[in-house]
Amino acid sequence: MTEESSTNDLSRFKTTYFEECAELLITAEECLLRLQEGSDDPEDCNAVFRCVHSIKGGAGAFAFTDLVRFAHVFETALDALRSGRVGLTPALAEVLVRGNDILGDFVRAAQEGVVLPPDHGDRVTQVLNALTGQGGADAKAAASATPAPAPESGEESFLVRFTPAANMLRTGNDPLMMVRELAGLGALDIRADLTRLPARLEDLAAQDAYLAWSFRITTEQGRQAVLDVFEFVAGDCAEVSVEAVGAETVLEPAAPPAAVAHAPAAPPPEAPAHDDHPVSLDHPADAAHPAEGGLRLRAEDKPGAGGVHTASIRVELDKVDRLVNMVGELVITQAMLGQQSNRFSAESHPELFMGLQELSHHTRELQESVMAIRAQPIKTLFSRAPRIVRDLSARLGKQVRLVMSGEGTEVDKTVIEQLSDPMVHLIRNSLDHGLETPEERAARGKPAEGTIHLSAEHRSGRVIIQIEDDGHGIDRRRVLEKAIEKGLVERGQTLSDEQIDQLIFAPGFSTAAAVSDVSGRGVGLDVVRKNIQDVGGRVSVQSQPGVGARFIMSLPLTLAVMDGMLVAVGGERYVLPLTNIVESIRPKPEQTHALVNVGNMLTLRGEYIRLVALHSLFNVEGAVTDPTKGLVVVVETEGGDRVGLLVDELLGQQQVVIKSLESNFRPVRGVSAATILGDGRVALILDVGALKAEGDRDGGGTAPLAAE
Amino acid sequence: MSKSILSVDDSASMRQMVKLTLAGAGYDVVEAADGREALALAQSRTHHLVVTDLNMPVMDGLTLIRELRQLPAYKGIPILFLTTETEEGKKQQARAAGATGWITKPFQQEQLLAVVRKVLGS
Repeated sequence: MTEESSTNDLSRFKTTYFEECAELLITAEECLLRLQEGSDDPEDCNAVFRCVHSIKGGAGAFAFTDLVRFAHVFETALDALRSGRVGLTPALAEVLVRGNDILGDFVRAAQEGVVLPPDHGDRVTQVLNALTGQGGADAKAAASATPAPAPESGEESFLVRFTPAANMLRTGNDPLMMVRELAGLGALDIRADLTRLPARLEDLAAQDAYLAWSFRITTEQGRQAVLDVFEFVAGDCAEVSVEAVGAETVLEPAAPPAAVAHAPAAPPPEAPAHDDHPVSLDHPADAAHPAEGGLRLRAEDKPGAGGVHTASIRVELDKVDRLVNMVGELVITQAMLGQQSNRFSAESHPELFMGLQELSHHTRELQESVMAIRAQPIKTLFSRAPRIVRDLSARLGKQVRLVMSGEGTEVDKTVIEQLSDPMVHLIRNSLDHGLETPEERAARGKPAEGTIHLSAEHRSGRVIIQIEDDGHGIDRRRVLEKAIEKGLVERGQTLSDEQIDQLIFAPGFSTAAAVSDVSGRGVGLDVVRKNIQDVGGRVSVQSQPGVGARFIMSLPLTLAVMDGMLVAVGGERYVLPLTNIVESIRPKPEQTHALVNVGNMLTLRGEYIRLVALHSLFNVEGAVTDPTKGLVVVVETEGGDRVGLLVDELLGQQQVVIKSLESNFRPVRGVSAATILGDGRVALILDVGALKAEGDRDGGGTAPLAAE
Repeated sequence: MSKSILSVDDSASMRQMVKLTLAGAGYDVVEAADGREALALAQSRTHHLVVTDLNMPVMDGLTLIRELRQLPAYKGIPILFLTTETEEGKKQQARAAGATGWITKPFQQEQLLAVVRKVLGS
């Protein structure tokens, strides 16, 4: 931009510029004089540099070329001085002061619009140039503010291969911007290369770049314009190659979709099948590299950072909930139809049975799709953790590093909501009671900074959330003392280490020696356990004294539907969660044992398993009481404990819609929820973990729960 | 809503020029005179782009870029720095610190706009 073409606005702030220059010249002079007097404060030198730098910057904007040229020479010398490449001698200081004067001359000349004689300041310029060992090259550099050379005329085609380094996105460089800019230069054909995409979603780091692209651009702007698009990323952040090709050259045709994420078929002979090296310019075939996957994108399709176009709409949660309910009812209706069909034979009504089978497929698919709508990455929950850890660690004077993994794990929204409070509580607990102060840690030979690891994963149809710290673990002696004191445990009772650890979840138990404002809010871990149990989950703790503790929360993925095994006990029907069932057996007489003070046990391949008779637990009449005549379903709890449940028979596997007992009736021990069967009867869904606990307490289920 | 740009320079005229150019093109420009001021402004609100000088008192541009990249909200925000031909080393440092790109000083208005449009995509 020349002065003539500058806007009124521009000339208006020219005034500001010259005022500023005057101030900068004075500041520079002050600092230079101090340097001349022998000041060794590096800030003096830096300040002069900044002054000259600023003057030059503004001068460039106003196209005061003479001023820019001299300021540049002066600045280069000052840079050499402040970086220590040149030592300050009295003679040099003298030259610098003189240089500042000459800079002032140029500023005033620019202000008054006069041109100084071409040799003005030449002597100083020469000395300064000699100092930095630079000559005419500098002048050229300084004058580089001139616009880029006029575009070459005529259309040319280029093949561009662009492979971002993994860290490119972290520098704020967005491939989309470059694609748009390229599209602005001319006709563009794009091919995305997906070969670097990890095969598994969990291996994908959101902030890393995985895609690479090949472009064929036909433009009149010339090669430099194409290169300029990638100016900021070429070298450090991406591999970029640009080569001129004939206009008729086309990119490799898209590979079939199946090959997209995998190695391509049949590479041309001149290109290695997998070549991570930069594409060489003298290797035309490389641009049509076979690794290009099949994704064809047009520039106006706006490929996002991931090159994937996703559309979404916002839907009120109520609508989704209604959908979930209706699907639940549909599942029940389908079960009902299935039951009714038993009156017919498959031979006489083949279409009916085929239809029913399809109905069951579609119902299940519908149900899974609806559940997927409500699924959310657990990240929404985890994102609260860093804040809590930061605030609390500061308050408690502890150094804590928070590590999170599995944030992408998807869980039903309602589960996430229910998890929030327990998770916060457990994190507070780990920070407050688990981790030691830096001094204590140092004394134990641990790094001063403690670590809390928050993780989530899917495991056998449930989501497992773990909060692990490397603190001192659970002080079992104190926990036991406290439990005895509170009457939770009888004196003299022997408990395993694990049993002692789990005592911290017992109602009315609080280990905090002094009630702190952090986790001692009068609510203990019993509340955490209750909240988690309310949504069909379980929480347990594993502790290693001196090494750390790990809290494990296990929750169902969804709170609406589950796969269950329908069992009969007398006239009653119960549902066992399929995920808990290990096997079912009809024990031989020699396998059953009645042990005094322990209850009925079952030996299975050398292992003792507690036998719990459901009929006696729930006070059901007319059930099979002899294990050798009924069936024993061996179930496993989240903690890995096994227990055998005595039932009359297995009625079959089916999907059940979970109806909360708590909201419709009241909580019942040993039962997690209820469901409605196809024939309209209500069946209780059993809570295996609770049954095991009941069995332990009652010595085999001699005290009926329903009698409470 | 127009995109917001945080302009950081210790020179008032430079800031004025940046502001004039960018505001004229429809951007919303917020100014800071040094890195510390910029960091405070950046934390109070997320801007779409940061344009910073490297040589500044109190907190220099390199430190500012590093600090900004520590802020979750600024992980992917473009950060441009002003540099001169003599500062090739600085340029490398700034890129390593997480800068998106640079504008070589002295520059003219349309050069600034071109680079801003390049990284903002509009």
